[in-house]
Amino acid sequence: MTAVTALPTETRTPRTATRRGRRAGAPYSFLAPALILFVAFFAAPIGYAAYLSLRRVKVSGLGLGAGARTEVWAGMSNYARSLTDPDFLPSVYRIGAYGLIVVPTMLGLALLMALLLDAGRTRVGTFSRTAIFLPYAVPAVVGSLLWGFLYLPRVSPFTDVVQMFGVEPPDVLTGSWVLWAVANIAVWGGTGFNMIVIYTALRAIPTDLFEAARLDGASDKQIAWRIKIPIVLPSLIMTFVFSLIATLQVFAEPMTLKPLSNTISSTWTPLMKVYRDAFVRNDIYSAAATSVVIAVATFAVSFGFLKLVGNRAFNQED
Amino acid sequence: MTVSTALPAVPVTAALPDKKNRRGNRKNSTLATVLLLLGAVYCLFPVLWVLIASTKSSGELFSTFTLAPSTHLFDNIGDLFAYRNGLYWRWMANTALYAGVGAAVSTLVSAMSGFALAKYDFPGKRFVFNVILAGVLVPGVILAIPQYLLLAKVGLTNTYWSVLLPSMISPYGIYLSRIFAAATVPTEVLEAARIDGAGDWRTFGRVVLPMMKSGLVTVFLFQFVAIWNNFMLPYIMLGDDHLYPLTVGLSGLLNQGANQPSMYITVVTGALISIIPLVALFLGLQRYWRVDLGAGAVKA
Repeated sequence: MTAVTALPTETRTPRTATRRGRRAGAPYSFLAPALILFVAFFAAPIGYAAYLSLRRVKVSGLGLGAGARTEVWAGMSNYARSLTDPDFLPSVYRIGAYGLIVVPTMLGLALLMALLLDAGRTRVGTFSRTAIFLPYAVPAVVGSLLWGFLYLPRVSPFTDVVQMFGVEPPDVLTGSWVLWAVANIAVWGGTGFNMIVIYTALRAIPTDLFEAARLDGASDKQIAWRIKIPIVLPSLIMTFVFSLIATLQVFAEPMTLKPLSNTISSTWTPLMKVYRDAFVRNDIYSAAATSVVIAVATFAVSFGFLKLVGNRAFNQED
Repeated sequence: MTVSTALPAVPVTAALPDKKNRRGNRKNSTLATVLLLLGAVYCLFPVLWVLIASTKSSGELFSTFTLAPSTHLFDNIGDLFAYRNGLYWRWMANTALYAGVGAAVSTLVSAMSGFALAKYDFPGKRFVFNVILAGVLVPGVILAIPQYLLLAKVGLTNTYWSVLLPSMISPYGIYLSRIFAAATVPTEVLEAARIDGAGDWRTFGRVVLPMMKSGLVTVFLFQFVAIWNNFMLPYIMLGDDHLYPLTVGLSGLLNQGANQPSMYITVVTGALISIIPLVALFLGLQRYWRVDLGAGAVKA
């Protein structure tokens, strides 16, 4: 990469010399709005959360009057309290199980659909591509609302179908079914976007790379496994990382389904627990500690994964 | 590149693109067709349901067959718009404001910083870029509660600003813009503009922005959809329901339905109308959805 300032100097005149003087500051002025916003809405909140996670309120006397409640250092006590909270570990396990269902199913379907579209052996390609991508335009709240109604036994069309065979269908908004019900909403909402990402990568493969294999008698399936998938692997890695991040912060779906299902508690996912601690219990210190734990865990998982696969998708230029 | 031209802007008849497919004329596969149609049916089913359900009366919603349409669509829409003197319209306008203004500012901020990171050499560049990359991996909603506490300190919570300001920065948008600036803005053009006596900002406005235009539409769309679909940030920041976007408003309506079942049909109608603008935007601008995350490039 050649920078503007590193170009030949023959054309330099005193006038451009002063321009060059101004140029030294130019990149910073272009970056200024982004940096100010980044510091205000990324760096400062992270720093503030870390600070709060180490503080607590000390109540002196009866806790009445000004000055009776003061903030003091708390050491690691907030972390100890939030990690040993009986609601915390179940929510972590739940999100783990949810991730194990959602991420492979969603990406598997996205890859399958993208390969089918790319093979071009069908007349319904454009229609299907548009239809499968459509849920991306539907907010998670609205998607959850639609599926939430479809899950109600009185509304669900599956109830009618299954009852024709004399079987009583399960209420998917109860018991262990709920996890699958929420996972289905995420798969429905996310498959299309990932499919488009993978499909775009597939379309960028030069045709001659697999035409030769085809002439040699390779089947579509072999071409997909041996040629196409290895080439689009960087795309798969990125969709995996972004899906993982999205999974760990699931919030809108269970919050929306909550009024329809008694099984979804207010600490169903770790993020819901943070919300409850901060706004229902007014314990911002414990909420901050849990936030820090989730942020560190997410970052460690995604960053660790990128390191593990020796990723070159990010940073490809430097 | 051929990629964008191979994706038609509007889904016209299915026959058109496949016949002229760069893969040539090949035998159709029944299995592929069936699988793709199954995927399409799965994805369209809830949308089809909401279209039908919003024509039912509130009694019919729970009694008639799921996919049996009725005749109450306009009554339902009337009820929805009458709800608390048209509060729903207000939510729609708020959502458009948050997503439109937030995405426009965010795109400009991303374009400026992406351009600076791609085309200038300056001390601290690598550090800035790495920090922004780390920002891509930080889950946005983890930030929402500390953002709330900080904005509460300056008295900005429960205002339009509390949703707009955090929406104006998108590390992912900056990352995409940098790639796009590197790919579409030739250094020679910048040099020519410099020789002609154009300053940095003038060059950016007159030369760089037009060159980056189609990539910036993609960045804009990404951010627009992200803000439009966002739930947690406005849910935490806002208390006054006149400031709500659609997602928070509809979620509140659904909660009311628990005590007042006649509200359910209003919620369903509201859900239907809320997805129309974004679906229209999608179908209209489909050719801009072509992000190749793996190659780290937006196809030009």
